[in-house]
Amino acid sequence: MVPIVQPLGRAFLGFLETTGRICIFTLTAVSHALRPPYYPRLILRQMVEIGYYSLPVVGLTAIFTGMVLALQSYTGFTRFNAESAIPNVVVISIARELGPVLAGLMVAGRIGAAIAAEIGTMRVTEQIDALTTLSTNPFKYLIAPRLIAGLLMLPCLVLVADIIGVFGGYVVSTVKLSFNPQVYIRNTIDFLEPIDVISGLVKAAVFGFIVALMGCYHGYNSRGGAQGVGAATTNAVVSASILILTFNYAITELFFAR
Amino acid sequence: MNRAVPKIALKGLKKRFGPKIVLDGIDLEVATGESLVVIGGSGTGKSVLLKCIIGIIEPDEGTVLIDGENTTHLAGADRTRLMRKFGMLFQGSALFDSLKVWENVAFGLIQGRGVGRTEAKEIALKKLAAVGLPPEVGDLSPSELSGGMQKRVGLARAIAAEPEIIFFDEPTTGLDPIMGDVINDLIVECRRQLGATTLSITHDLASARKIADRVAMIHGGKIVWSGPVSQIDRSGNPYVDQFIHGRAEGPIKMPVKVR
Repeated sequence: MVPIVQPLGRAFLGFLETTGRICIFTLTAVSHALRPPYYPRLILRQMVEIGYYSLPVVGLTAIFTGMVLALQSYTGFTRFNAESAIPNVVVISIARELGPVLAGLMVAGRIGAAIAAEIGTMRVTEQIDALTTLSTNPFKYLIAPRLIAGLLMLPCLVLVADIIGVFGGYVVSTVKLSFNPQVYIRNTIDFLEPIDVISGLVKAAVFGFIVALMGCYHGYNSRGGAQGVGAATTNAVVSASILILTFNYAITELFFAR
Repeated sequence: MNRAVPKIALKGLKKRFGPKIVLDGIDLEVATGESLVVIGGSGTGKSVLLKCIIGIIEPDEGTVLIDGENTTHLAGADRTRLMRKFGMLFQGSALFDSLKVWENVAFGLIQGRGVGRTEAKEIALKKLAAVGLPPEVGDLSPSELSGGMQKRVGLARAIAAEPEIIFFDEPTTGLDPIMGDVINDLIVECRRQLGATTLSITHDLASARKIADRVAMIHGGKIVWSGPVSQIDRSGNPYVDQFIHGRAEGPIKMPVKVR
């Protein structure tokens, strides 16, 4: 019995330890982000990096998701004559779920990895120690701008993704499935409620924070040269993706469970 | 020299990482304006010692006194204030590769002390000139420089804010002997001009002889010998003798294999 239980217990304790470390790291980072000095130039640069340069990848994801959603719903819904629900299905799925989750996962791959690699390299080449010796707090200078930019830019990206995704569904429905364009747009707008979009944007803000946080945490704590930075990059993307899916459920429960 | 209050004083400094004891009770004093060089083999805790003094690593036991003030567990704004006394040249130079060379040199002035960018750039170019680099270098990125030039930029950055205490972490490692000597000369020259207290760690004896007033030898997490640099060849200490003659046989056993 012992040989089975022992590693289980060790893994569980390790999990608790990591959770504790991440919590302390998060609290430290947030408290530094709220107090001066602030670095507006760095925040702006990160916002461009995270928001603007992620537009193509998020836009492509959104348009194909909207298109495939319309197509799949159509093939399924014709079985019980519910084709007219397609505009609603597309807009609600995109705004509530697919927009934020897919954008979050794509940004985790793009930005989470980049942050972990950059901060990890700075750690192993002693650049983070050098910051400290130059009277600059690495939490304020490196981590806070990325967290703020992630928190602010993902909702913007998701808003764009929502529009592009609905457009993808619209194109497939009107061109390929011979829907009436006016009816499609009216159905889309009539059945959409503000909470659908708002819940999606709240999710996006949380996911943006998670992606930046995991990138910073794993980069900041990377050890041992190129291999360590590689591991940090992988861990940042994997942990951000898992946390996004977990928090997605939790936030959905918070908004919509009765 | 003010022997009453040493610039840096370490008392019973201990640090361990997991089961590995790195520092095992270090006692060391550096007088104001003195240049102390700590020598020792690879992996004997020289870098950890330096990082404990500067506050990047927190020691498990013992105290660090800077100008008589206990700084061992300082944090936040007090730590930032203390950091203004320090400058450090890192082993791999640790230049910020996202910034230009002059921005690297001016970093401590702009971020740490709120000097304006135009004024900071002027100072940065002066400091670059002091380490023998022309102003054109200022607009390059650090990755475009050779190792020796990066080291010079690192030195310019360390002295830019005219600190009271400068730390040198293996200043000549990875450089050819001539460039190493150029760096040694620059260190001596900078120290003479600033009147700063310096603490260097190295395993390069030529460098130690050139920049040191006093030498201390670290082994097994303890200071096994310290004395004026002129005494290093007749220290009568078997550890120092073995080290300066580079003999494989002697009291220092290099662990070839990790136990």
